Amino acid sequence: MTSPLQQKIKIAGPSIVTANRTWDGIVVYRTANKGWSAELADAAIVRNSDEAKVLLAEAVADDVGAIGPYIAPVQVGDDGVIEPGNLREQIRKAGVTIELPAQG
Amino acid sequence: MYAYDEIDRTLVNERVSEFRDQVQRRLSGELTEDEFKMLRLQNGVYLQLHAYMFRVAIPYGTLASNQLRQLAHVARKYDRGYGHFTTRQNIQFNWIKLSDLPDALADLAEVGIHAMQTSGNNMRNVTSDQWAGVAPGEIEDPRIWSELIRQHTTLHPEFSFLPRKFKIAITASDHDRAAIKVHDIGLRLIKSEKGETGFEVLVGGGLGRTPFIGKTIKHFVHGRDLLSYIEAILRVYNQYGRRDNIYKARIKILVHELGIEKFSREVEEEWQHLRNSSLQIDDEVIEDIRSRFIYPAYEKLPHMPDELRQAAAEPDFEAWRKNSVAPHKNPGYSIVTISLKPIGAPPGDATAEQMDALADLADKYSFGELRVGHEQNLALPHVAKRDLPALWKALDKLGLATPNVNLITDIIACPGLDYCSLANARSIPIAQELTRRFANHELANLIGRLHINISGCINACGHHHVGHIGILGVEKNGEEVYQITIGGRADESAALGNLIGPGVKFDEVADVVEDIVEAYLALRERPEELFVDTVKRLGVEPFKERVYATR
Ligand code: HEM
Ligand code: SF4
Repeated sequence: MTSPLQQKIKIAGPSIVTANRTWDGIVVYRTANKGWSAELADAAIVRNSDEAKVLLAEAVADDVGAIGPYIAPVQVGDDGVIEPGNLREQIRKAGVTIELPAQG
Repeated sequence: MYAYDEIDRTLVNERVSEFRDQVQRRLSGELTEDEFKMLRLQNGVYLQLHAYMFRVAIPYGTLASNQLRQLAHVARKYDRGYGHFTTRQNIQFNWIKLSDLPDALADLAEVGIHAMQTSGNNMRNVTSDQWAGVAPGEIEDPRIWSELIRQHTTLHPEFSFLPRKFKIAITASDHDRAAIKVHDIGLRLIKSEKGETGFEVLVGGGLGRTPFIGKTIKHFVHGRDLLSYIEAILRVYNQYGRRDNIYKARIKILVHELGIEKFSREVEEEWQHLRNSSLQIDDEVIEDIRSRFIYPAYEKLPHMPDELRQAAAEPDFEAWRKNSVAPHKNPGYSIVTISLKPIGAPPGDATAEQMDALADLADKYSFGELRVGHEQNLALPHVAKRDLPALWKALDKLGLATPNVNLITDIIACPGLDYCSLANARSIPIAQELTRRFANHELANLIGRLHINISGCINACGHHHVGHIGILGVEKNGEEVYQITIGGRADESAALGNLIGPGVKFDEVADVVEDIVEAYLALRERPEELFVDTVKRLGVEPFKERVYATR
């Protein structure tokens, strides 16, 4: 994989880096203190392409922690609450939009 | 049922311990994801939106009750208590942890189930008619030949590193239940005029980004030459196949670009070098495989037992019997399709409890055997007719007696954006809404046979191109939009559907389908004229008018 530092990265608005945790596959978000969290609220927000590049590069380097990291758009409310920026990320955050079969 | 031999079992067990070691090295960081990805894909492990997904092969759709119980166990112990049956005679688990996967694989290996040939650029598991061995009028059990190909191609270098994945399907009946015209190679088992067993060979079918209906490349290949002929096809493909562009690497593209005549000539030439080689199949090899397929000891039973005659007075039973029960080669028995399409539920899902209960019913009523079909339903292949009423009652209690097999609510849908990382749009909620709209059995029955197929992106896992009504999810300006085609079909008269017009929004899809169906009901010449036949007769125009007149 080409290092993200060499890739052209352009973001249109506030963004985060997300991936799936290696050992169990759950959705995780890259945090400001170089870790991963299952909560979108903990995600580090980047606001320009250079910041995005750096955050993605850190995430890619931590391949034992999580796999397939990429930059995704978010919306940040006036109250600082972070919301997913598109349907795909909404579904990744909130889970499937259908009812799962009853667990027995 | 098929009895695997010792070599197969050893191979499966070796693969499990190899994978255990690989997972450990991945979790410790010794292997990077780049290094590991190929290895996990070879074991059926994909990454979806929320978790890993584990795809398990059910070769030619034949499943023993103890295997189904073990699938239930895996669903319960390592997943969220359910599994999803796919159009490729696989089952998928959606929530499995990488760290649990070696144990899940080991548990499945105990009953001879594995995940080989479910992913990667190799020969995928060969699919066949889910009624193989029991359908009346069948020339021969096509699974014998599926198994021959499976043995020959598993781990064979020539088949493990193809330009792209490669899929073969076989049917041995006039009515094609294996969709052979949309596979890379489709095989139709036939008898020559001399009474010899052989195959009509089709090549270059496929769906996805560039759909094609397969074309006949040879009208008769003798059974003993099957492997050399397939090998010849693969060699031509391997030689020309485009490895530089994954969208162009499928054999269908090559066949299209070279033209079927040139492609056939090249194959023929290659085949002349191969046909008398060690690839020629001895009768003993076929006999050996044949001897491992174990057929039940059928009793001589009445065609119309009292139990069945009495139950016929019960309308709900009759409604179910009419569309779920099919003739068996043995007149005292039936093939029973089990709808995994209850109204309002995701197509193809079964809970661990349902799987366990079905395994028990298979033991009680079907000699311990089940089948998995490409329509995402299951079947019990050997049910004595006298047992049908009791079986129906038991299935009904489990929520598995929806009388909708082959009707408009028997929808094929891929996982779509609820699960799949490649998706553009959701498929399952569309299917759910459609089943609610057409939940009334009288209405569904009035409409008759009508297949709706839904995919959440152009990869076409939900076979939308060959749905009588096909629905493809795309994304437009961040919104889910659905393109609707009509007139496709996947059987012996396979055809690709035609677009009826501009895409419609998520909330409009069910309304549009209702309009199409209303137009059909008004336009059909007689009740027996199926939807696809009306579309064939009239083209898309009248349907298009109806749908877009008010939009
Ligand atoms: C969510 C996990 C899945 C992923 C990532 C996935 C991925 C893909 C991709 C990339 C292709 C296109 C291959 C090509 O045209 O070369 C494909 C084709 C296909 N998939 Fe899936 N798929 C998934 C789930 C399923 C499911 C659940 C089914 C069954 C319901 C399915 C059945 C098929 C079939 C039948 C094709 C063949 C289309 C053809 O012959 O061209 N897939 N899949
Ligand atoms: S068709 Fe697309 S969205 Fe649906 S399962 Fe296949 S890859 Fe995923």
